[in-house]
Amino acid sequence: MDVFVQQLINGLTLGSIYGLIAIGYTMVFGIIGMVNFAHGDVFMVSCFIALITFLILTAWLGVSSIALAFLVVLVVAMALTALWGWAIERVAYRPLRGSFRLAPLISAIGVSIFLSNFVQVVQGARNKPTPPMLSGGITLFERDGYAVFLAWKQVLIMAVTAVLLTGFWYLVQRTPFGRAQRACEQDRKMAALLGIDVDRTISLTFVLGAALAAVAGVLYLMYYGVVSFSDGFVPGVKAFTAAVLGGIGSLPGAVLGGLIIGLIETFWSAYFSIEYKDVAAFSILAIVLIFMPSGILGRPEVEKV
Amino acid sequence: MARSQTALPGSAMAGILRDAALYALVAFGLCVPIIAYRTDPGPGTDLVLVPRWGLVAALCAAIFAVRLVQRLVLLRRDARRALTPAPTQATEAVHGEPDAGQKTSKLGLRLFIGIALTLPMIAALATGGLSSARYWIDLGILILTYVMLGWGLNIVVGLAGLLDLGYVAFYAVGAYSYALLSTTFGLSFWICLPLAGLFAGLWGMILGFPVLRLRGDYLAIVTLAFGEIIRLVLINWGDVTGGGAGISSIPRATFFGIPFTAGEDGFAARFGIPYDSMHRLVFLYYLILSLALITNFVTLRLRRLPIGRAWEALREDEIACRSLGIDTTATKLTAFALGAAFGGVAGSFFAVRQGFISPESFNFLESAIILAIVVLGGMGSQVGVAIAAVAMVGGPEMLRNLGFLKAVFGEGFDPSEYRLLLFGLAMVAMMVWRPRGLISVRLPSVSLGERRAVSGAHVSEGHG
Repeated sequence: MDVFVQQLINGLTLGSIYGLIAIGYTMVFGIIGMVNFAHGDVFMVSCFIALITFLILTAWLGVSSIALAFLVVLVVAMALTALWGWAIERVAYRPLRGSFRLAPLISAIGVSIFLSNFVQVVQGARNKPTPPMLSGGITLFERDGYAVFLAWKQVLIMAVTAVLLTGFWYLVQRTPFGRAQRACEQDRKMAALLGIDVDRTISLTFVLGAALAAVAGVLYLMYYGVVSFSDGFVPGVKAFTAAVLGGIGSLPGAVLGGLIIGLIETFWSAYFSIEYKDVAAFSILAIVLIFMPSGILGRPEVEKV
Repeated sequence: MARSQTALPGSAMAGILRDAALYALVAFGLCVPIIAYRTDPGPGTDLVLVPRWGLVAALCAAIFAVRLVQRLVLLRRDARRALTPAPTQATEAVHGEPDAGQKTSKLGLRLFIGIALTLPMIAALATGGLSSARYWIDLGILILTYVMLGWGLNIVVGLAGLLDLGYVAFYAVGAYSYALLSTTFGLSFWICLPLAGLFAGLWGMILGFPVLRLRGDYLAIVTLAFGEIIRLVLINWGDVTGGGAGISSIPRATFFGIPFTAGEDGFAARFGIPYDSMHRLVFLYYLILSLALITNFVTLRLRRLPIGRAWEALREDEIACRSLGIDTTATKLTAFALGAAFGGVAGSFFAVRQGFISPESFNFLESAIILAIVVLGGMGSQVGVAIAAVAMVGGPEMLRNLGFLKAVFGEGFDPSEYRLLLFGLAMVAMMVWRPRGLISVRLPSVSLGERRAVSGAHVSEGHG
């Protein structure tokens, strides 16, 4: 039971991070119907931006308040990663709109390869350890010498995720931008006829997706304390799995999927084998896509002739 | 813009400058802080930051200059274009005429095959001896391996229109089949080669069966998942596959049973020629060349059979296919299995050439490279794939020879570091400029009356 509760906490933490990345996948797929394969690498880039910003703040500027440093890192990482997301959409995806269906996916694979190798070239191939940003926590309860521990950083991750998701949900459901975005999702041509700037809406979608990936990146860096140039691929695929599992195109679905994937991964590692945890994630991806391609909260895709 | 150039050159120029400055500003935003500060391991476990603002400034200046030149060139072209009507304004249906690429492709093909057949001789003559030609023959083998893989994947992606991102899994199955069969059962390469193809084909069927109900992107992602699963199993199933360390001392290829050794019954002694360790390499070169050509031949023949036509029909329109009574599952499955089988044969060749395999040779990047070759070649075009393989595999190899760049960028500059970076850029650039690939014009396999080339823009592959 104690191990179970501990793994539950760990799984929810991991799941929150996956959920944040998954939103980027799900929104982009919803609006232009492409798998943004580079999204995982955008997340990785944001980890590096966060790492460098944090080092500048603490080592050079001597900021000692962790709360202030965290906030500044978060804002800087979100802004700069959003710029990356915007630039990528502009350069690699927008010219391909109206091209054949697989072109954006292939272009995205190219961007993904470019980003990870770009970071490798400019930052080196080694793992980058970070000084712990936030340590400590509370022991929830203790039985038979096994303490169930809730770290402050886990609380922070879950809290930030919850707050951001609420804000994001509000943005999509209640603001003019959200309305434009949902309209483009339903029918891009019709939305354009009704005076919505489709290109701008799609750009903004990428910007928001990248900003959320940056939040995930900051949290990931804080949680694991280490990042390398190749860290984008596997979290990216897992977040995509989460998006598909939750029902691609659905925002609550993405978060739900993220939490489920996070829980499955931690429980699998704890009770079965840690070596095969990625196999488990990839298998879920395959099984979900084959047997329930519309996911848990998604609408089934209607094939029109 | 074009008209304003003649009327208001000053304001047009100001606009262009502003635009270029904006680009430089965005580039600056992207560079900060990821290029501006390099994180290096410092004393202890902490990282230290090394500022590189000079590099950022240089990059932004370069972006500014490139954009400025690009805009000026575009301005001129637009002004010229405004005088002639665009071909899209034609009122009648435009048939793609065989363009220059298509016309020269016959001659190019012969030249290509000629060079491929004689490469070891040419290399030996040019470098003065077989052993000094080792580098070129090795490169030739590498390129031909990718040509074969590209042609194998071309059946799946180019002909049947199924995007497969896990093709490297079958390559791995082939390689491990040969490695395991030969090291545990002592089977010879010539028995293992077809067996490896068979196994890979079988795996293609097993994996393909559940997957092929999916469409487009989903299919791509599931095949990617399968590719990763196979790689992870290879890493973790240490008892059988040797885990991350892989399998070493895989038996070498023999000349149909005659080993390439210096001894009495070796290849050189049997044929009465002086022993040279290069014989094995030259033999491997011709082996992969013939395997690749077999793949090509089979594909070209199959294209004329009903099954090949069904593949291409499937690529163009799956729903129309189904309504015409084509069994889409069986059609997709044959394409998948056949592509996998060729991948497996190539894999077993890879194992025999290397003598050592490990799961790291079969990562996703490998799949992406093969896919890029097929896509850049202009999906479905055999010649295009071969050209793309030479460009994609040989091109980065050339980067190693750009030593003079060291003089420009300083001693620590290693051009081959940029191999994959450029590779990713090339993939994006290709999609943006020529999404249909190098050879995008194709002749229909079967037609009534005159065979007219169809421009790639008229076919809509990739919906499968």
